[in-house]
Amino acid sequence: MTTYLLRRMAFLVVSLLLACAVLFLLLRLLPGDPANSLLSVGATPEQIAAARHQIGSDRPLPEQFATWLGQMARLDLGTSFVSTLPVGPEIAARLVVTVPLTLLSFLLAVVVAVPVGFVAARRSDRWYGLLLNGVSQLGIAVPVFWVGMLLIWAFALYFRILPAGGFPQDDWADPADAITSLALPVVTVALVMSASLIRYVRSATMDVLDSDYLRTFRALGSSFPGAMWRHGLRNAAVPVISVLGIELATTFLGAVVVESVFALPGLGSMLAKAIAQHDYPVVQGVLFVSTFGVLLIGFAADLVQRIIDPRLRGTLSRSPR
Amino acid sequence: MNRKTTPLFGAAIALALTLAACGGGGDGGGTGTTGGGSPTGSSDGDATIGVGSLYEPQNLDNTAGGGQGVTEAFNGNVYEGLFRLTDDGKVENLLAEDYKVSEDGLTYTFTLRDGVKFHSGDPLTSADVKYSIEKVTAKDSQSARKSSFEAIKKIDTPDDHTLAVTLADKSISFVYNLSYVWVVNDTAKDLATSEDGTGPYKLGAWKRGSTLSLDRFPGYWGTAASNKQVVFHYFTDAAALNNALLTNAVDVVTSEQSPDALAQFSGNPDYKVNNGKSTTKLLLAFNDRKAPFDKPLVRKAVSSAIDDKKLLTSIWGEYGTLIGSMVPPTDPWYEDLTSVNPYDVNLAKKELSDAGYPNGFSFTLDTPNYDPHPTAATFIKSELAKVGVTVTINVITADEWYTKVYKNRDFAATLQEHVNDRDVVWYGDPDFYWGYDNPQVAAWVKEAERSDTTEAQTELLKKANRQIAEDAASDWLYLYPQIVVASSKLSGYPVNGLNSQFYAYGIKKG
Repeated sequence: MTTYLLRRMAFLVVSLLLACAVLFLLLRLLPGDPANSLLSVGATPEQIAAARHQIGSDRPLPEQFATWLGQMARLDLGTSFVSTLPVGPEIAARLVVTVPLTLLSFLLAVVVAVPVGFVAARRSDRWYGLLLNGVSQLGIAVPVFWVGMLLIWAFALYFRILPAGGFPQDDWADPADAITSLALPVVTVALVMSASLIRYVRSATMDVLDSDYLRTFRALGSSFPGAMWRHGLRNAAVPVISVLGIELATTFLGAVVVESVFALPGLGSMLAKAIAQHDYPVVQGVLFVSTFGVLLIGFAADLVQRIIDPRLRGTLSRSPR
Repeated sequence: MNRKTTPLFGAAIALALTLAACGGGGDGGGTGTTGGGSPTGSSDGDATIGVGSLYEPQNLDNTAGGGQGVTEAFNGNVYEGLFRLTDDGKVENLLAEDYKVSEDGLTYTFTLRDGVKFHSGDPLTSADVKYSIEKVTAKDSQSARKSSFEAIKKIDTPDDHTLAVTLADKSISFVYNLSYVWVVNDTAKDLATSEDGTGPYKLGAWKRGSTLSLDRFPGYWGTAASNKQVVFHYFTDAAALNNALLTNAVDVVTSEQSPDALAQFSGNPDYKVNNGKSTTKLLLAFNDRKAPFDKPLVRKAVSSAIDDKKLLTSIWGEYGTLIGSMVPPTDPWYEDLTSVNPYDVNLAKKELSDAGYPNGFSFTLDTPNYDPHPTAATFIKSELAKVGVTVTINVITADEWYTKVYKNRDFAATLQEHVNDRDVVWYGDPDFYWGYDNPQVAAWVKEAERSDTTEAQTELLKKANRQIAEDAASDWLYLYPQIVVASSKLSGYPVNGLNSQFYAYGIKKG
């Protein structure tokens, strides 16, 4: 297990470095010069050159990349081109919105999806099993912003029981306030997310239900709940956990969209704005932090799988489902 | 993603591009506020006013790229200048009690108001004003008003209450330009995240990406703000902004940018939709250097072939104004020039054939990728097809526009919004991106700046404005409306939003 942990951590660092290189290069492939966002109509060539020099976009790419990696190593995420303020503290300030939003949506989605997916599998021949399956198919097709708009219309504009958007000025000083602000966004992300999770849980459960070992165990006299508890759940959990790891990362992407719709000051809205402004340090900072988060989640998912399923120990990557 | 989101980001960039000029700064405090709803009954002097806006400051320093957002929130509210530009475009004394101009028009002597304190408690002195002007003209200053002050030769502070500025050349706009200079305490630090101004509010808290609050300053030298607190709520999505107003999360929206959304407010007695005057012009800017648009007759033909009224109505409904030239109604030298190049397809055809293009021609229209440019481009394409002119629409990002059109002048014609007031003077600069080169206009613009009186200045700039219309230097499609939507409980808010400023100290609720 120790060797595995070390190898897995080395893999994590290499992935992170590769991800950094890719996102650095992709950003530079965008047309236009970021210096433009600092300038106004009437800018002289000298002002343009000064702006390029100020943000370093006049230097060769490898040098810019090296500078950036050096900063990262010192845990310095740099300074925004546009605001001239440090990126790190702003990311930290915005995590207090995005992290709870992501985790709460994820929890809610799991709480909904696991029982529903199980029922949809166990009762796949009944009308409600088919209905649950159908509804989850539909859910996958629905864009997240549209769900958000519908919920806003219903709960904020029509019934007027929840705010349409925004986040308290004092963050979590009054947790009830913060939770109220996050209620609709969380439900929005969770609804869309649970639609796809239900399908994974359903197919994982179906596999288990059809398995020989479950039939054998029942034949030996065990009750269905007993058989499921001892063997079924554990087997079904392995593929579901690897999907959960991916889904948790997807939730973050959902947050990007949802934060705009609900005017939440999170990482997503920060990223969207920074991209529009070609504010490379901010885009890089946010993507670096979120890439790191996603890789960590993958790492955790792998570990949990190994704890549940001894057959995986000794392999480096996740088991094929 | 909400389809409205992307264009709005685009618009934000364009505004940053064109507006940094006006985001440059300003001074404040207008009593010229003429807000909507009738203030019936008593109002609450301790109210908190929620202001919804799409323009969050980049930082809090208008000489370090704070942008349009910081002008909106701080101009006149937190920082004041020697002069202020009122909501209806007049220049008034503010921190300057009085000023004198020397015989030769080159030395301005300002007497500062007594008893003015910064939010930190420091008293206002002439050294602070000198520091503040030099902050705008400094080498690393990002203020777009920087070039307005090139004529300054030296600044003297004979005593704490007197400031003397000597110019190298006469400049009638000098006092007006000073209304854009925020007076900052010369010992203030960290101006990107904090402030030390003299205005009726001091900064409460700025939660980036979300809100910025202003608290009434008890030590204010003038009339105290009529509300206790103003909280700006920032949105990136126009629909989210409108929802906030509909659910009373904000009381007023500084600038409604989504024409489709107006219907839900205009029919509702709980809201008032104010149709104010903006300074934002939508231009079909020709490259006047290159054929075929080097011929005024061709430009006139194109201008006459486009039904501006129909375009305006299709985008903004009943809102917005046709202007016929570069000067908006809030500039002192405005006149209605819509009849110079009237919409007349037959005239357009005749002009085209007189110019040597009886069978029309074709050109590429560089079109920024955010609203309303693509819509306008499609409309122009269909209008020009009727006179035999073929338009190829080339959609570009704000960034590409800046590089291709603005910097490299590599274009035939383009669409762009020009947001500043008093910007007709760009037609006096043959090096500007559109390359309009009329020595007579350039001379008028230059002479206007050297005028002794505003009357003489106004007369000359009117001449220039008329001449550019007669030459169809560009086609001024329309003037944007400035639409402030507010709860009908609110009164005393500015409706014109000149240069994005939003004086909040007169707002009353109830």
